[in-house]
Amino acid sequence: MSKIGLIIARELKSKLSNKTFIVMTILAPLLITGFVAFMIKMTQSEKTEQNVLVLDESKLFRDKLSGNDYVSLTYSNQKLEEAISQFYGKGFTCLLWISPTIVEGGAGATKLFYKKSPGFGFQIFLKDQMEKIIYESKLEANNINPDIIMNSKQNVRIMLEKVNDKGDTQEQGGFGIFGFLSGALMFVFIIMYGMMVFRSVMEEKTSRIVEVIVSSVKPFELMLGKILGVALLGIIQFAIMGIITFGLTTALSSIFLKDATSQLKVFEQQQELVKKNGTNVDLSKLEKFDDKLELFDLLQKIEKINFVEVFICFVLYFMFGYLFYSSIMAAIGSAVDSEADSQQFITPVMLPLMVGYFIATKTITDPDAASVFWASIIPFTSPIVMMSRISNGVPLWEIVLSLSVLFASFILMTWLASKIYRTGILMYGKKTSWREIGKWLFYK
Amino acid sequence: MLRIHQVTKKYSSHLALNDVSLTVNEKCIFGLLGPNGAGKTSLIRIINQITGPDSGEVFFKGEKIAQKHVEKIGYLPEERGLYKKMSVGDQVLYLAQLKGLSRQEARKRAAVWFEKFEMAGWWKKKIEELSKGMQQKVQFIVTVIHEPELLILDEPFSGFDPINAQLIKNEILELKKNGATVIFSTHNMGSVEELCDNIALINQAQKILDGSVKEIRKTFKSNTYNISFKGQAMGFVNALWAGAEVINKRTEDGIHYYTIKALNNLQPNQLLQAVLPTCELLSFNEVIPSMNDIFIQKVNEGNANIQINNHFTE
Repeated sequence: MSKIGLIIARELKSKLSNKTFIVMTILAPLLITGFVAFMIKMTQSEKTEQNVLVLDESKLFRDKLSGNDYVSLTYSNQKLEEAISQFYGKGFTCLLWISPTIVEGGAGATKLFYKKSPGFGFQIFLKDQMEKIIYESKLEANNINPDIIMNSKQNVRIMLEKVNDKGDTQEQGGFGIFGFLSGALMFVFIIMYGMMVFRSVMEEKTSRIVEVIVSSVKPFELMLGKILGVALLGIIQFAIMGIITFGLTTALSSIFLKDATSQLKVFEQQQELVKKNGTNVDLSKLEKFDDKLELFDLLQKIEKINFVEVFICFVLYFMFGYLFYSSIMAAIGSAVDSEADSQQFITPVMLPLMVGYFIATKTITDPDAASVFWASIIPFTSPIVMMSRISNGVPLWEIVLSLSVLFASFILMTWLASKIYRTGILMYGKKTSWREIGKWLFYK
Repeated sequence: MLRIHQVTKKYSSHLALNDVSLTVNEKCIFGLLGPNGAGKTSLIRIINQITGPDSGEVFFKGEKIAQKHVEKIGYLPEERGLYKKMSVGDQVLYLAQLKGLSRQEARKRAAVWFEKFEMAGWWKKKIEELSKGMQQKVQFIVTVIHEPELLILDEPFSGFDPINAQLIKNEILELKKNGATVIFSTHNMGSVEELCDNIALINQAQKILDGSVKEIRKTFKSNTYNISFKGQAMGFVNALWAGAEVINKRTEDGIHYYTIKALNNLQPNQLLQAVLPTCELLSFNEVIPSMNDIFIQKVNEGNANIQINNHFTE
């Protein structure tokens, strides 16, 4: 066993001393969280100050458009040509021109002239207001009280509650996207580390060191040491990436979502109050969060995810799924002389992973479909598909069954792979076929 | 030391070893000879337990060979290989530890070898930065660092310049003196004559010849002699008459060089008595066949036999 230890240590050291690996491990979570934070930031409102001159020829919007902390509006009755020619001399950043025919619609009925390109958020800000004003004016023109329309609109939020065989109900996280993301992550990791094993095996074969090594250790020990070495590497990488990502998201969310989380608390307290006292509560005294409901929904769903369960399952599925696939990859690496020859073997191995990935996308819309169930039992797809289901709540027996099948399959696969491996690593110059590999299984 | 008993190894399409038996004595250098594809590498891999025989057995010092014996064997494969991106020092330590040495012991011995081969300062270099000859030296060190009792060298001199080849040759003899047994697989018959005590010749998966180098060369003697002399060639040939036949002759600067084969078990003394009166004798020596000649002769014979057999079976 100590020899396997040596092999694991070498494998680990050779990868850890690789600069690309270190840079990737640290950079990847920085980039991803940075990118997500950037996207969130971008969707929030623009902070550029806008000083807008409004030329409203329709006479519909005068004093009805409102500014905010960053946007100030000035109305004028100037002619458009005149205003444009004087535009640069004055302190306005934009010139909003509204044609008399705005109510009939059509392109070019509203124009925004600018010096520096105005942000998308700012355009939406103006557009939304204008649409609302036109909407209300049309209602008025038809003698409809806008309040009636407003009051007839009601947001609907569906709460999921699962009923178990004892008749207890339980609120569900039901957060498809999160599940899919963990499935996709599993997909990426299995491929990434599988390829690492493949390359490492092929490197030893092509550099011919392998013959020296198998004269000291059994080929099976070498293969196992290599696979375990890369697995250990994966765990180290997980840990580093996990800590960085956790730290970053905590820091970023405390900056960006500080208001939202405190508002959510108030919102939840109010909900409790309404639940307890029924309609006796004076609703008008409560704070209104109509525009925040979607964000609250998201935050509540995240809070409901059982991260411990997800994490444990992820580690278990990664370990077994990785061992399963990496033994196939080790066998392939031993059978080929160059990466170019390997395509015909790697493609069929990638295929079930791809299928798993596509079934995982299905779990967002239809988490209880039969295909989803079977794909989360069959070992070729189960790590990906089961991970994408797990945050939705999966019965324990399914997880146990799926893990046992995966475990048994990895033992079988490692055994088969070792038979191919010990013959493959010593075969040179011959182009290997599937038929050939089949024969190797029966060599003594 | 090592006994191979009726080993047969079959791959799907061909027979690599057919009922091969041989014995390697302790503290000798044993040449394993044969043309390409004869089955030498298969046999070496079986001794190294890289593959197993389909039938037959291998005994190491009387015990059936087992995993524990790998630490007593050092193997230098024909296709050399080391980790390209790993440093020389780490590599030596790693491979030595795989052969059962402790890290400290490996470090100590590596230092001795690095000193001996004038490799101080290479420790941190990566293999890919070294020349081919330098890589070969590293490879040789990792083969012998655990002081194996049995050393298996497959074409050990390929890739070395003559100076380094001599260095390695001396090391092999030194190891033998210290009690190691060496199995030596090569095509270089010159080094076989120089180094080997015993040989086995394998052709077409079968052992066709084995024994001590001296004995084999003696058996293959064909009563052939080289003679050079001054004087009348005609008289010389007449004197030989029916006692010997001329195989080859040439004349340079008035000196005649003849190669003759004695017939009817004629002894060298009788031969000399016959020719001495006819000429001024300059040199006389017996032709002992080189291992090279024996190798070619035996392999060709073997192939011819197989062709004949094939002919009959058709």
